[in-house]
Amino acid sequence: MKKLGSQTIKFENPPSIIGTATIVGPKEGQGRFKEYYDLILKDSIYQEKSWEKAETKILKEAVEMAIKNSKVPTDKIEYLIAGDLLNQIISAGFAARELGLPFLGIYGACSTIAQGALLGSMIVDGGFAENLVAAVSSHFCTAERQFRFPLELGNQRKPTSQWTVTGAGAMVISSQIQNPRITFATVGKVIDMGEADPNDMGTAMAPAAVDTILRHFQDTGKTPDDYDLILTGDLGSIGKHIAEELLKQKGYDISNKYSDCGVLIFYPEQDVHAGASGCACAAVVTCGYIYKEMLNGKYNRVLLVATGALMSTTSTQQGETIPCIAHAISIENL
Amino acid sequence: MPVLTKEQQDYKRFAKNKKPKPPLLKNMIMAFIVGGIICTIGQIILNFFVSRGLTPGQAGGPTAIIMVFLGSFLTGIGVYDKIGKYAGAGSIVPITGFANSIVSPAMEFKREGFVFGVAAKMFVVAGPVLVYGISSATLIGLIYYLLNM
Repeated sequence: MKKLGSQTIKFENPPSIIGTATIVGPKEGQGRFKEYYDLILKDSIYQEKSWEKAETKILKEAVEMAIKNSKVPTDKIEYLIAGDLLNQIISAGFAARELGLPFLGIYGACSTIAQGALLGSMIVDGGFAENLVAAVSSHFCTAERQFRFPLELGNQRKPTSQWTVTGAGAMVISSQIQNPRITFATVGKVIDMGEADPNDMGTAMAPAAVDTILRHFQDTGKTPDDYDLILTGDLGSIGKHIAEELLKQKGYDISNKYSDCGVLIFYPEQDVHAGASGCACAAVVTCGYIYKEMLNGKYNRVLLVATGALMSTTSTQQGETIPCIAHAISIENL
Repeated sequence: MPVLTKEQQDYKRFAKNKKPKPPLLKNMIMAFIVGGIICTIGQIILNFFVSRGLTPGQAGGPTAIIMVFLGSFLTGIGVYDKIGKYAGAGSIVPITGFANSIVSPAMEFKREGFVFGVAAKMFVVAGPVLVYGISSATLIGLIYYLLNM
């Protein structure tokens, strides 16, 4: 059996990440990981006619770049697993139209990269494919107009609000044996702790991250000592603080090896309030900084816990609380 | 609103203390200053029209037109949202803010076409203000009329 406990998978032949690519917008390109991105856009419209077209283009190019970096010929890529934040995941679907790869569209809000990586690893370890791509994108301007207000509206952002990352991240997952490899995956449950404020995702998502982290440790018998770094997706500064404290209450002190992609991407002086968010948030950190530093040997065992808020503008307007999810994948140098 | 379980209520209380408070005092001071400047500009324009022979009642219309133009223009060149970031209610409440709330969605949704984009989305922010503003003004006007009959 490849299953451990109630929610975790132990891959028998851990699939390898053999190539990645990241593309980010100009603001992200001034952030903390600027040396780790493959391409930093000069402007967020990227010579396209709409923000949506620009997002599709960066997703498509990130996939192509990841395939190129993996040195696997494109005709040997068997699936594209991709998602984004827009209604009917149009960025992913439209990018897949250009790419001509067999396509599985997925939605896990900002947790999508972990969802894609874990599904991709299941496909590879299950023997259903040798090489595939997992990719996601998000774009500040497409997300704002779908979820919030027009860009030029003169409103103030709440201190709890987060900034959607403009970018795309893609990884080629393969049965070839090379580091780093995806060894475990914990599929999260949807957790809703009654938060309803769409301008405060960190508080809503933190309990989902905590639930998945606890479940991962219980299912695998691992402890925080088994990891060099535990990285949540986009809890931001408030959610990170809450998650840390909740885990401490449950007897796990992870504070010396815990960070959050949403806290890391931008410098505090970039004025993004509680931090970054969006599908690309966890993706560009994982496919950029984490992947490259694992190749360099700075990190050898990383637990990525990507978080997502599964609400829409309709559910928010109808007064619903926010259901949240977190999926975990262990990425290790074996 | 959905009914929260005890666990959810406990979490809400726990999380509440972790959230940063909005800088209310700073926001109020900024709103006062910027709102005051916008109103002063309006007053200068109104005084100009009065000095050229209009009555203060007549001068209100052209003043509002010019203020709406200024709000729209600053929105169009991408400045009004930057003012709003610091001024908050100070630049939302005056008529220039009302112009901003109509022009910004019109710009944003131009790519969806002039019918279903610009025209349909133009009032997406200002619509509720218009509906309830006009309704309550009508109602109060009616009451006023009946009381004075």
